[in-house]
Amino acid sequence: MAEASSSGKAHRGSWKLAAVVACMFGFGFALVPLYGAICQLTGLNGKNAGMLVSAKVQEQVDSKRTVKVEFLTTVNGGRVWTFKAEQPAIEVHPGQLYTVYFDAANQQDQDVVGQAVPSVAPWSAAKHLHKTECFCFNQQPFKAGEAKHMPVRFMLDPELPADVDTVTLSYTFFDVTRLAQQAGGRDKPNSPKS
Amino acid sequence: MAQAQDAHDHSHDHDHDHAHGPEKGIMRWIKTTNHKDLGTLYLWFSATMFFIGGLMSLAIRAELWQPGMQYMDPELFNQFTTVHALVMIFGGVMPGFVGLANWMVPMMIGAPDLALPRVNNWGFWILPFAFTLLLSTFFLPGGAPAGGWTIYPPLVLQTGNSFPLLIFAIHLMGVSSITGAINVVVTILNMRAPGMTLLKMPLFAWSWLITAYLLIATMPVLAGAVTMLLTDKYFGTSFFNAGGGGDPVLFEHVFWFFGHPEVYILILPSFGVISTIIPTFARKPLFGYASMVYAMASIAFLSFIVWAHHMFTVGIPLAGELFFMFSTMLIAVPTGVKVFNWVATMWRGSMTFETPMLFAIAFVFLFSIGGFSGLMLALAPVDFQYHNTYFVVAHFHYVLVPGAVFGIIAAVYYWIPKWTGVMYNETLGKLHFWLSAIFINVLFFPQHFLGLAGMPRRIPDYAVQFTDFNQISTIGAFFFFASQFIFFYNILRCVLWRKGLQPAPARVWEGAHGLEWTVPSPAPYHTFEEPPTGIDAETPWVAH
Repeated sequence: MAEASSSGKAHRGSWKLAAVVACMFGFGFALVPLYGAICQLTGLNGKNAGMLVSAKVQEQVDSKRTVKVEFLTTVNGGRVWTFKAEQPAIEVHPGQLYTVYFDAANQQDQDVVGQAVPSVAPWSAAKHLHKTECFCFNQQPFKAGEAKHMPVRFMLDPELPADVDTVTLSYTFFDVTRLAQQAGGRDKPNSPKS
Repeated sequence: MAQAQDAHDHSHDHDHDHAHGPEKGIMRWIKTTNHKDLGTLYLWFSATMFFIGGLMSLAIRAELWQPGMQYMDPELFNQFTTVHALVMIFGGVMPGFVGLANWMVPMMIGAPDLALPRVNNWGFWILPFAFTLLLSTFFLPGGAPAGGWTIYPPLVLQTGNSFPLLIFAIHLMGVSSITGAINVVVTILNMRAPGMTLLKMPLFAWSWLITAYLLIATMPVLAGAVTMLLTDKYFGTSFFNAGGGGDPVLFEHVFWFFGHPEVYILILPSFGVISTIIPTFARKPLFGYASMVYAMASIAFLSFIVWAHHMFTVGIPLAGELFFMFSTMLIAVPTGVKVFNWVATMWRGSMTFETPMLFAIAFVFLFSIGGFSGLMLALAPVDFQYHNTYFVVAHFHYVLVPGAVFGIIAAVYYWIPKWTGVMYNETLGKLHFWLSAIFINVLFFPQHFLGLAGMPRRIPDYAVQFTDFNQISTIGAFFFFASQFIFFYNILRCVLWRKGLQPAPARVWEGAHGLEWTVPSPAPYHTFEEPPTGIDAETPWVAH
């Protein structure tokens, strides 16, 4: 094997492999939207509890079926707010719109911005829970000591799998004051899909 | 590159000229582009890191000697578990194998050096800086990273001043391994001796070719993940911040997409070493050469589609649990092929039990134990019980210490006569082996029981009923660590205190085959400047 040609090939090969390295670095970042898409598709992490958009999800009440919807509230880090659902659980009929209220109160003596992140369990129910109104759609600014009474308007569509008799809707409140300040200049603050 | 090339061409003019021996003094080591020098540097670096990481594990085991807090606060304990893992994986095992690749791959395939000698030099000299960064965090306010080597957010984002140092250290380690991997690939693909086709290459070279591809494919993904952590903490992004629309579970996916191939990066070169040593001392050709290559390739492929078995408890759909469970169990098939082939190679061989062979046999046996506990962990339903317990700790230490580390030790015993030109002390080697083989089991076997009984990992304190097994484990740890000094002394004898030692012949082991045994011992500074000829067309990895 001639010396010069093998070292030339080696150098070309090295650059090709370096290109692979660059691609794989990009692939790491590409996993972010990919993961979002997969979650949306499968309902993984209860991420696709969507807004009421689909035309086929009309109000068509299935009054024979009763499903229990439980509400779970958590404050990330635990101290900033008190946060709870007005009722811990309600019985619903698929296809009917319900409004429930959540109460949050800022325990700090300074302004904070909160962002509630929803999650639905079991994951197979996630895509059948639709919200027309939710405090989680937007960041929620709180003045020092302010309390808020916040509505969530939702329905379970009749296509909810038959084996599901209990659905848990969980909200975790995150303190995003720093993020909101950083995004202050921009048009739209970061907000999670909900 | 041009410089290295010049130096290289130049060396052809003066065959084995004195001007091209090693430079004198410290600058030899700083400026060297010689694969043997760099291999030596890598191996000493690895030894240093094993020592430092080992000291941390002793601190951990000392704290776990009995329930309650003895010697350190929980923060320091967590720093030790985190940095112990990073140091052992990225500082001990990986540079150890890169050192072996540096020394042996060119000599095994009949190449004069690696394809990119200058890059090789840079790749090594990045490492001391990376680990200085990482280890210096112990002296920062707030201490070293303590969130576990898996650096899961949001916990790791609470790391104090040491966080950016951790990230940049990981970046540097990544750059070092990627350059090393590219170097190995282009060397193996372009510089093999005439007649040595890929499927006639020594298995150690094969194991490294596959490992290098794994490194090239996954280290950049880790670099991406830690970059996202960095921007999440300092630049207001929300890749993993649920409050900003991200998802911390995403990090686990990205991390383990790197992390699972990484565990094969740590073990495949060991497979190559064992596949070299067992035929030598069984005095038989390796059973099923081609199946060994295909088994390694299948393991490498499967390693990309099993990552979520590390996160069964995080909440994945049933179909996902099943897929990752079965794909994980599938890895047992090629691994089983390898273990079968090693045993079949020994079957009816005329075996002798020199130290490298002893370590190789212990590898086959103990690595299989680690493999079996891995199969247990692969079962999604029972993993909910084992997850984050000492059972996991026992499992991965069985595959890493009697697996990867015994592989490195076996390789050092096997090739050190070739490196230094003198024989190590066989009696001390055997003593080192028996102490290591016994105490590694005293150290890690009880941890299976602890895990099954429910003792969680990464805690400095535990319920009192776990005391007995923890004490056995701690005794094992201290004796295992102490017995490594026999190894250290044996190496130093060959390297420094060589007077009166038995000189090693070119073919150190009568059953050894391969091109590295055709050059004198110690191997000259430059070997195979002219490619070797007369390679057996049938079995060229068995050079005569």
